[in-house]
Order: sequence, then structure tokens, then C-alpha cells
Amino acid sequence: MVGKTVSARDEILARLRTALADSPPPVQVPRGYRRVDDRPNLIDTLVDRLEDYRAVVHHGIDALPRLLSEVDRLAVPIDVPADWLAGYAGELHRDAPPLSPAALDDLDAVLTGCAVVVADTGTIILDAGPAQGRRALTLVPDRHICVVRTDQVVGLLPEALTRLDPRAPLTWISGPSATSDIELNRVEGVHGPRRLEVVLIGSGV
Amino acid sequence: MSHPVAPATGGGRIRTPLPFPTAAKPAVADTQLRANLHRATRTIRAKRARVVDEVPDWEALRDAGSAIKADVQRRLPELLEQFEASVTAAGATVHWARDAAEACRIVVELTRATGADEVVKVKSMATQEIELNEALEAAGIAAYETDLAELIVQLGEDTPSHILVPAIHYNRAQIREIFERRMADAPSDLSDEPAALAEAARAHLRRRFLSARVAVSGANFAVADTGTLVVVESEGNGRMCLTLPETLISVVGVEKLLPTFTDLEVFLQLLPRSSTGERMNPYTSMWTGVTPGDGPQDVHVVLVDNGRSAVLADPVGRPALSCIRCSACLNVCPVYERAGGHAYGSVYPGPIGAILSPQLTGVADNASLPYASTLCGACYDVCPVKINIPEILVHLRQQAPHPPAERATMRVLSWVMRSPRRWAAALRLARAGAGPLGAYRERRTGARTLRRLPWPASAWTRSRDVPLPAPQTFREWWGKQ
Repeated sequence: MVGKTVSARDEILARLRTALADSPPPVQVPRGYRRVDDRPNLIDTLVDRLEDYRAVVHHGIDALPRLLSEVDRLAVPIDVPADWLAGYAGELHRDAPPLSPAALDDLDAVLTGCAVVVADTGTIILDAGPAQGRRALTLVPDRHICVVRTDQVVGLLPEALTRLDPRAPLTWISGPSATSDIELNRVEGVHGPRRLEVVLIGSGV
Repeated sequence: MSHPVAPATGGGRIRTPLPFPTAAKPAVADTQLRANLHRATRTIRAKRARVVDEVPDWEALRDAGSAIKADVQRRLPELLEQFEASVTAAGATVHWARDAAEACRIVVELTRATGADEVVKVKSMATQEIELNEALEAAGIAAYETDLAELIVQLGEDTPSHILVPAIHYNRAQIREIFERRMADAPSDLSDEPAALAEAARAHLRRRFLSARVAVSGANFAVADTGTLVVVESEGNGRMCLTLPETLISVVGVEKLLPTFTDLEVFLQLLPRSSTGERMNPYTSMWTGVTPGDGPQDVHVVLVDNGRSAVLADPVGRPALSCIRCSACLNVCPVYERAGGHAYGSVYPGPIGAILSPQLTGVADNASLPYASTLCGACYDVCPVKINIPEILVHLRQQAPHPPAERATMRVLSWVMRSPRRWAAALRLARAGAGPLGAYRERRTGARTLRRLPWPASAWTRSRDVPLPAPQTFREWWGKQ
């Protein structure tokens, strides 16, 4: 079949099959690592980890009005719970119709909830679900205020993955934007929100 | 019937233009560079050790990571087909590239189709490997690196010298100087405080992010069962590129696959602690094709071979494809710490580069790299996926071309050493010949060694002394006891 063009796809797959001519034996993956956290007080661990990465932690829904009183122009997802905004007197910008990147850049802060939080690493995971909105919303404003319910907190990363839908766009956040690119020392504050504030609500806070 | 298709080596920035010892010489003599590297690698080694020590099941995670990657390699063709089907069903378009040139062509064409004449880039080893920025520039498309270290390297018209921190060879004063010289909108009173430098980069890139139409990224992981791509980063430049533009093109080496979404539970624990020495990096983004109304609506994935099939074809060298580009092996390597990344010539420096680059290009094209190591094994100890780098280095040294004189010598030595009788006779002969010389040297210099041998053995004595035979062998001494 001289001159017949083989697609890159077929050629690469054929190369890889040839490369495996030695038929490597099946692999049993040992999963002896921890999949459930047995530490008694996950919230203490979470607060420790968040503060270690320079996030600011507030306890209880009562902290919100005071926090929001510093914010002149606030972005929120369309389904933000009404009680989070109780008494808010500033400019409120709901993301409907969707705010342009430039419009988001003019706002002072964004207020959202989250999907799951990993105590062990201080990681907040957003999945574009309830009270979170689309990804741009929590990216462009310079200050992110995130409400975390204690029932959203798990101990270890494997526990968090079981609660997530892989088809949703996922953003994992561990502290404010940072870089280690200069002499491998961490400094906070580059392109993402430079301030991350976490408001813990629910039992045990 | 189709003929089997041979695995092929790759091109791009993965070849040493100079032999490693030649390239390393000026680097080792550069005291500023050595001070910068020493300081940076010492910092990161301590950070990594601290966060790894606090994980009680670290070894179990390494075992799992290593096994998952071995499984991926074994099933690579079927997992690629599965990934293609999943991500296509989720609204993305998959492209395949046999080599660096084909991958560049695909990205250029996709960018042109949007009408854009610039792209913003997330830090990606794959795009550095295929020399994408140069290809885009040749096509009249400006590529803007947005990772701080990549930005420093791009502004300085330099090349990356480290997998994680491409500008590791610069200290803060040098970075400030590059910004002052090459960043038109840098503040006139810019200090060399890292926070001030980061602030300058933020201001410099802000408008570009908000108006970018096309982004180019790599991916840390590509999940076969869901079609999910994962990018791990710190600054938020990744989120900007992956979220705001209309078109997103991700260049992904075929070895980056993971079988299932659940497997991320292993790698997202191993990678941040091994690479930046953090419990978790500030931002990780995961996207599966297109999400209506959220992020890029025109999503492409370019799957690249560029030599990976050749690596896969060698059962001993194959585990090099397990690498997750954490760079822990660079940070502990005594050779890397002294020579720096540029001496390796390839975008993949350090211990992993010394095995990966020669395998991607074919050993004959990168023959000096397997020797750029002391075989101390520190790289193997820290590798989160347990790649036995020293073993593969020795394996590749055997494949490297050796000069005829060396081959002939080794053949003779091998014949002599195969028989105890021949070996004992050879030692007696050597002592008869060189014994008086040894005694003379010992009187003169205090050591039974020679500094220089005549050509062609002079090549060997350039960096070594030759020991002369001892007055008696251990076995002779033992026999008398």
C-alpha cells in the first residue's frame, strides 16, 4: 500500500503497541495508604493549615456582616443564600447576566460557598455547585470570602474525591495566590486573589 | 495486514549541543550561579523533608504511585483511546502529534483559526520540549509566558534551567535587573523584595489575562475514565489562562495519563509535597471538555509522542515515563547543584533528564548525559514514583557508544578477569613492571599513583590519578596469615 497515509493517531498507537511487544505482566496497585482520617478534631487541623498558608479564618456567621462592611462593591453568585447578605449596604453585583472579566476586576471582593474542604491540607474545593458560581467569579476579584460549613470538611484528600463530580469544573484553593519562583521562598500575592478569608459556620466552630 | 510500526525517537529541545563535561565547565566556575543554586536547592530540600516527614503513609503512597504508573505504561494504547473517547464526549477535540514539529504545526493552525495573533501560556514542560514559542513566533503569533519564573526567563531571553522553577539560576537582584531592563511597565523604584517583584509581574500581565482569547497549557495529569485534565500551579496565572480565554489548547505527552479519577488521590498528595515542599499547592484546576457558560468553549487536547514510544520500548528504561515532573531529584542531586540546569542542554535537566533525554532522542545523540551523575542514589530516595534512576543510568551507559581503544581494553580486561589464574598472573606481571615505579613515586610524593598517562589513556587521567600496584595483594597477605 505505497503512498497510503496513516493518521498520526493510528501511527502513534501502533508505535506504542510495538513498544509493548514484551507484554509486561499485569500490575496490582497496592492501596495501603490512609483513605479515612481518624483525627478527633478536624476543624482545629483545618484552621491551623489555613492560617499556615496566610488565609484569615473567622468563626460563625455573625462574622460576615462586619467583614462585608469593609467591602464597597461585592460580587456574588446568583444563588447566594440571602442570610449571608443580611444588612449588606454596599453595591451588590450578582453574576447574571455574567459579569465581564473587566467588570469583575473593578469589584472589591467576591462572596461564595464551596463544595468540600480538606482539613489535612487546608484545601477548599469549588465545583461550580450551589452558592459558588462559575470559575471566573472567584478568580478575578482580589479578595475571596468563602463560607465553609463544618459538614463540608473531610480529613484527607481521598475522602474529598469521593464527594466530587469529575465532570464539573473543579478549582482547589489552598491559601491565597502565591509563588516560590524567587529563590524558592514562598511569597503570597500574585495573579489570583491576594486575600482569602474563610468563614466557618455550623456545629463545632 | 498492517506491518508493525517501530517506536520513534523525538526532536525539540531535548539534545545536548555540547557534551555535558564541556557545558558544565563554565557553570561550575561561575561562583554567582553556584551560590544561587546552593541557596535555592538547600531551601527546597528542607521544605520537602519537613512536609514529607509529617505524612505517616508516605511510603504507601509512593508504592501506589509507582504501581499506577507501571499499569498506565502497560495499558497505554487502550487508555489513550479511552481518554480520547471520554474527552471527545465532553466536547473537546483531540489531536495527535507524532513529534515536536507536528505538535507545533497543530497549535499554530488552531491559533490561526481563531484569528488571534497572541496566546497566553501556562507553564508547561511539553511546550518547552517541542519549542512551541519559537514556532508560534515564526508564524507571527506572540506567545506570552505567564508563570513568574517562565516570564523571567522569557524576558531575559534565556532558557529554563529547572523543571519547577525555570529561573532558579537567578537571585532576586538579577531578577530585578531583568525586569528593569525588559519590562516596559515596571515601576521605576522597583526593589528586589520578592513581594515587590511578584507585584510587578501581576500588574504587567493583568490586562493581558483579562483580554486574552487563546491560551496554551500543558497538563500534569489526563484522566482516562473521565477525560479530565489537571493543572497544578501556585500563582493563579494558570487559572487565568484556563478560565478566561475562549479557546484553550493543551499540549499533553501521551505518558501523562492516569486510569481513573480516583487515582488523583495518590498523585495530588505526592506531587505538591515533592515539588514545592507544600502540603498542597495554592491552586489546582480540573476541567473535563467544555462546561457551557463556564470557561473556554473551544477546547483542544494535543497528544504528543515525540520519542515517548521509544522510551516505552525499553523495558529497563520504561519507568522514566512515570515521571510527574516534581523536580525533587534535581534538588537533591550533587551534580545538578554544582553544574546547574543549562549544562544538560535539554529542557529536562538533573537526574531525570539524564535518563529521559537520551531515551527520547536515542542514546547515541545524548551519550554524555548518562554519565552526568555520581550514582549516589539520592534521586531514587526522593522520587515520589520510585523511578530507579541509578539503575537506568547504568543501563544507558552500556548503550552509549564507547571509543574503540576503550572497547578493546575492556575486552582484554574481561578475558583476564574471568579466570582467577589469569588474574593472579596479570597482577604479578604488573607488579614486576610497575613495582619499582610505585616505590619511586611513593618516596617522591607519598602516594603510589601516577598523575598522567600517555595518549590515548591521557583522556582517562585528565580527571583522575592512576593507582600503581601494591607491593602485595590482599590474597597474598591473607595466604601468609
